[in-house]
Amino acid sequence: MLKKFDKKDEESGGGSNPFQHLEKSAVLQEARVFNETPISPRKCAHILTKILYLINQGEHLGTTEATEAFFAMTKLFQSNDPTLRRMCYLTIKEMSCIAEDVIIVTSSLTKDMTGKEDNYRGPAVRALCQITDSTMLQAIERYMKQAIVDKVPSVSSSALVSSLHLLKCSFDVVKRWVNEAQEAASSDNIMVQYHALGLLYHVRRNDRLAVNKMISKFTRHGLKSPFAYCLMIRVASKQLEEDGSRDSPLFDFIESCLRNKHEMVVYEAASAIVNLPGCSAKELAPAVSVLQLFCSSPKAALRYAAVRTLNKVAMKHPSAVTACNLDLENLVTDSNRSIATLAITTLLKTGSESSIDRLMKQISSFMSEISDEFKVVVVQAISALCQKYPRKHAVLMNFLFSMLREEGGFEYKRAIVDCIISIIEENSESKETGLSHLCEFIEDCEFTVLATRILHLLGQEGPKTNNPSKYIRFIYNRVVLEHEEVRAGAVSALAKFGAQNEEMLPSILVLLKRCVMDDDNEVRDRATFYLNVLEQKQKALNAGYILNGLTVSIPGLERALQQYTLEPSEKPFDLKSVPLATTPMAEQRTEGTPVVAVKQPEKVAATRQEIFQEQLAAVPEFRGLGPLFKSSPEPVALTESETEYVIRCTKHTFTDHIVFQFDCTNTLNDQTLENVTVQMEPTEAYEVLCYVPARSLPYNQPGTCYTLVALPKEDPIAVACTFSCMMKFTVKDCDPTTGEADDEGYEDEYVLEDLEVTVADHIQKVMKLNFEAAWDEVGDEFEKEETFTLSTIKTLEEAVGNIVKFLGMHPCERSDKVPDNKNTHTLLLAGVFRGGYDILVRSRLLLLDTVTMQVTARSSEELPVDIILASVG
Amino acid sequence: MGGFFSSIFSSLFGTREMRILILGLDGAGKTTILYRLQVGEVVTTIPTIGFNVETVTYKNLKFQVWDLGGQTSIRPYWRCYYSNTDAVIYVVDSCDRDRIGISKSELVAMLEEEELRKAILVVFANKQDMEQAMTPSEMANSLGLPALKDRKWQIFKTSATKGTGLDEAMEWLVETLKSRQ
Repeated sequence: MLKKFDKKDEESGGGSNPFQHLEKSAVLQEARVFNETPISPRKCAHILTKILYLINQGEHLGTTEATEAFFAMTKLFQSNDPTLRRMCYLTIKEMSCIAEDVIIVTSSLTKDMTGKEDNYRGPAVRALCQITDSTMLQAIERYMKQAIVDKVPSVSSSALVSSLHLLKCSFDVVKRWVNEAQEAASSDNIMVQYHALGLLYHVRRNDRLAVNKMISKFTRHGLKSPFAYCLMIRVASKQLEEDGSRDSPLFDFIESCLRNKHEMVVYEAASAIVNLPGCSAKELAPAVSVLQLFCSSPKAALRYAAVRTLNKVAMKHPSAVTACNLDLENLVTDSNRSIATLAITTLLKTGSESSIDRLMKQISSFMSEISDEFKVVVVQAISALCQKYPRKHAVLMNFLFSMLREEGGFEYKRAIVDCIISIIEENSESKETGLSHLCEFIEDCEFTVLATRILHLLGQEGPKTNNPSKYIRFIYNRVVLEHEEVRAGAVSALAKFGAQNEEMLPSILVLLKRCVMDDDNEVRDRATFYLNVLEQKQKALNAGYILNGLTVSIPGLERALQQYTLEPSEKPFDLKSVPLATTPMAEQRTEGTPVVAVKQPEKVAATRQEIFQEQLAAVPEFRGLGPLFKSSPEPVALTESETEYVIRCTKHTFTDHIVFQFDCTNTLNDQTLENVTVQMEPTEAYEVLCYVPARSLPYNQPGTCYTLVALPKEDPIAVACTFSCMMKFTVKDCDPTTGEADDEGYEDEYVLEDLEVTVADHIQKVMKLNFEAAWDEVGDEFEKEETFTLSTIKTLEEAVGNIVKFLGMHPCERSDKVPDNKNTHTLLLAGVFRGGYDILVRSRLLLLDTVTMQVTARSSEELPVDIILASVG
Repeated sequence: MGGFFSSIFSSLFGTREMRILILGLDGAGKTTILYRLQVGEVVTTIPTIGFNVETVTYKNLKFQVWDLGGQTSIRPYWRCYYSNTDAVIYVVDSCDRDRIGISKSELVAMLEEEELRKAILVVFANKQDMEQAMTPSEMANSLGLPALKDRKWQIFKTSATKGTGLDEAMEWLVETLKSRQ
């Protein structure tokens, strides 16, 4: 990596850049020349260039020095040199956010914008809008309106584009300019028309009806500008996406654009159609056929655009692209490598299994010539292939490993590693070869993230292979050779081998003892910790502290510990009081995007629960409920989406209570609601304790009310319950325009849909990396087993999906994936029951005509086990 | 040819253009005076946010004239434009008796600046076409001009809209500047 940068510097350097070694203070010193009279335009323009260069290189200018330079620059307005003046405009724009009191140039810019010199007018408009805030905008409003309808295209365009920027902070003022924008939209100049339509759209974007009207109006009269057409196509496809229906004039419009005389418009329309979600083969066909035409265009840009789009289509609808296979074959030898790569990867998706070998050979011939970005595309195509043709994994794996050995950036290498790991997960036959290749890779891996990730994988999968000892050498080499982060990862991996393999334990202990002398704190701590745990030789300890790590949320733990240190007490710290980490949904990869970098929702999810916890803690009624155990992941809608009031409910589970949070929105602009509560009637022994009302609910401003219920104590097994809900409130009529409410109101009610509390609301998902170890750790003291018949379920996949969803527990060791052609399967689920008790479920499924299920549940308490079995039955 | 003549005249004055500031409270008529001097016409103006700068030719002499906005919020920035100033035209609305005090304090503060120590002061008692206009001597006293020491100054009654008085004032200014060379 570093080497690469050096090389670049050498290339770009070489003394060709006169601004390379600028010193900020020296340049600002030079800027004092601006104060002298007479001024030299050439010299001053050069200094301004230097200032702009510095700012754009990321040099930080303090407010005082920037303001000083800015005021010196204003003196340059005395010169009428056109070059210098335009440099001033640029400087004003760049410094508008750094310097203070930039409004000092308002008058000068207003004069330039209304003056005779057309070259000044457009740039002056832009600079003026940049320095004008919403309070000053009214002062220049008249000039802006005039500029929008100016007959000089550059002035009109500048005014329109600047208005678009102003929209963000001064929507209400800019809104008044639509008549002028409307006039500009009928301009003969293609840019002015495009910019005017852009402004009109952004003013109206929140009003679906107005946008629809606008599209139909402009498309009926036809547009001059191809850019405007492209914009309208984008707007129309966005509308369609929100509607979800295809049977509309909007779709007809997009389709008609496929026959436009401008290639740009045709491409935009085709691209819009293929990107519409849930597009049918019939709708896709005309779009694909214009893209096919573009494939044989003499213009490289068009060929590139077409093949890139087809590549995307092939992910979702490979059959639609098959028709283009012949054209794509021709592009495989295209002199433009980017086009060739995309063509090959598209063919890999659409072609048959037999063509894979040939295509892979072809692509490896020029793999070294293409950029990392396209190499990632190739890796993605390979990853998709592995899912489609599992039998081909040997060929593909070999290819991936040869790519892994070559030079490449982080994103590229990560894509390869992701792909290999997913192959290993899918395909148990490939595990041993995969792992040994990865071992080889970390021998010389410059990316810490990848090295630690592979070490983690080795620790997890290595001990289960036939010959675990062969991995030890690779792992221990890391301890000897790498820097501290990788060393720490390697120590953890070693410990996992020791915990699972008794034969290897003595040698592992020797290795860990050496690590205790490490220079780095983290490495040393880990080694000491693992060594002590392993020396106890207790399976339960190994399972709890080495194989399955902490399941609590890290920010939550930090806060709980801080709290504990602030209020010292005799009681030891209780780990059960810490909220659990909400498990990331990373497992659910969608089929279309195989190895696309999986986002890490973990942090976001953790903070979401944090936010809830804080909000709830602020309500006095909820003090003393203890820590928040779980918040339901998705709010449930209790109303149809387009009714008078929109109510959504989030369930918060505490140790002995549940808080229902109702997020309410009032969509009637002539009403204000007050004192809003949601009354609840339980079917079971739940007891409603109190209602916390939303004081006031004005039009379109969301509000929140809560209902607190206590869990049944008499019959603790009956946790599933249905609540009938009714919203009660006081209505006050109000003026729709001012929002002023009448003094007098009246009571009203609104019936909501029933709300379910299921067993899943009492259980938090927890990931156990090693289920067997966890199973042994919990022990069989409270084990129960029962057999059920699932008479309505016909496949194992369906059964697995239903059980996971119903219990709300985390499937472990990828047991939620049912192998093909098997009629038995074991599903392993892990979770934590409200109150902090681990609960594990092993469910054996047998498929004959219907599915028979044997459920075994274990927990450290009796109650959770009973509840699970009672709820399944 | 033009270049030939102008080079002769500029040699009389040195090579430098004269730099003049027009200052005064908001609404006194500074911008109107500037454009009256530059193009000889009355233009419609709006409150100046910032400044206007123009080159004014008077009797074949070139002046670089800066008209700075007079609103309270802009007055603090006047000082940024003081350096190298040869003369200050201070414009006062002769009918605005309420704010003559403010006008005076701004003037006094300005004249205390080191950078303007050598600048000539011309006060325009503007809007003389209106009834109830203060007389020049009344205004000179209100502004405390007689008390000024070490300062070349003069007051003129002007009306920018009618165009009266400006010529006399400029005449005096040119002569005074020339004599100082």
